[in-house]
Amino acid sequence: MSGFNHSDDDNSQGINRRQVLECMTWAGTGVLWTVSGGVPRALGLVGSALAEEAAGMTFLQISDSHVGFDKPANPNALGTLEEGIAKIKTMPVRPAFMIHTGDISHLSKASEFDDAERIISQTRLDVHYVPGEHDFLDEDVKLYRDRYGRGTKGAGYYAFDAGGIHFIGLVNVVDLKAGGLGNLGAEQLEWLEQDLKGRSKSTPIVVFAHIPLWTVYPEWGWGTEDGARALDYLKGFGSVTVLNGHIHQVMQKVEGNVTFHTARSTAFPQPAPGTAPSPGPMKVADDRLRSMLGVASVNFKRGDQRLAIIDTPLQG
Amino acid sequence: MIPTIFRRLGVRLATAALLSWHPGSARAEETRIAIDNFTFAPAALTVKVGDTVTWSNHDDIPHTVVSAGKFRSKTLDTDDSFSFTFTAAGDYSYFCSLHPHMTGTIKVE
Repeated sequence: MSGFNHSDDDNSQGINRRQVLECMTWAGTGVLWTVSGGVPRALGLVGSALAEEAAGMTFLQISDSHVGFDKPANPNALGTLEEGIAKIKTMPVRPAFMIHTGDISHLSKASEFDDAERIISQTRLDVHYVPGEHDFLDEDVKLYRDRYGRGTKGAGYYAFDAGGIHFIGLVNVVDLKAGGLGNLGAEQLEWLEQDLKGRSKSTPIVVFAHIPLWTVYPEWGWGTEDGARALDYLKGFGSVTVLNGHIHQVMQKVEGNVTFHTARSTAFPQPAPGTAPSPGPMKVADDRLRSMLGVASVNFKRGDQRLAIIDTPLQG
Repeated sequence: MIPTIFRRLGVRLATAALLSWHPGSARAEETRIAIDNFTFAPAALTVKVGDTVTWSNHDDIPHTVVSAGKFRSKTLDTDDSFSFTFTAAGDYSYFCSLHPHMTGTIKVE
């Protein structure tokens, strides 16, 4: 259990225009986000940058642990999750919390969720989860909800406030339609509209969900059918950041005030869109696996749309 | 094409005629569909009433086989299979509920 009860709390502190949201994808294991005042500074290598640059609130994103995966692309996905968590534990600046953007388990087995929890809880951080399609595979579709669904609505969506940011966790992996993409559904969209209604447009918004909310590559199902409707509700907000997983690689784009970003997996890489016959796990040479789970740092200045991405592989 | 002629004459009549005249030739058959690289192969298949179709997942990622209101497999991990015997004629469209861009059709005559 994450031990965190999600509930709406509108008591946000607000954040002024000079404050920035910075993001650093870190070590293939997580994305470190920092909210601080002042102008953005160039980010160096993440390991050293963390100690010197991080100020204000920071949080991590991890994704696609796929605990239980043991195929050739990575016979020990639990081991690489463990490596990632070990690095988080030694971070010089302790993040306020983590978000996990889904596919905690590979086959939704109780033992897989147990193993994931045993490893991830070692960070002693609150973890805000959203489910991936691999987390709803048990016959009764109850293990994820039992463990992570406390205080959430529908299949597991919720909102919370932290550090002056309004966070919204969405579920786009249930009730998928033949031939379609990810799906939010009418009920969740209605909730989202209500959640955002009347909220100050200067409140920075972070939306996180498993499947990319924007269309990355529909031929492989990498997008969300009704994602555009969710983005409609986010129009007018000065700073919107959308964090996703699912595609096991870093991809980013900026559209107006919205920055989209996908995180790497801790389990295995997937091919770039259209570069392989399918989006399945990509087998690379053993000594290249961790370089495929490399590092990217991202710096986003609110209202300025200036964006800096620095990719630094774990090895090589 | 014989099937086209059958369709024109009426599939059920033709099948009934075959069954009554040549019962040995109407034995139920097993057909396999492979799941490879996030596709069903073949994606379109025609079988006869009473035939069984078996899907086998050869990917390193789990898939499902779902035809709304008709049949639904459990999650198929690598090398798992799912079989369904078609007892009624008709067109069955199906998909993978985890990767909905994966679609297929079975025509049962």
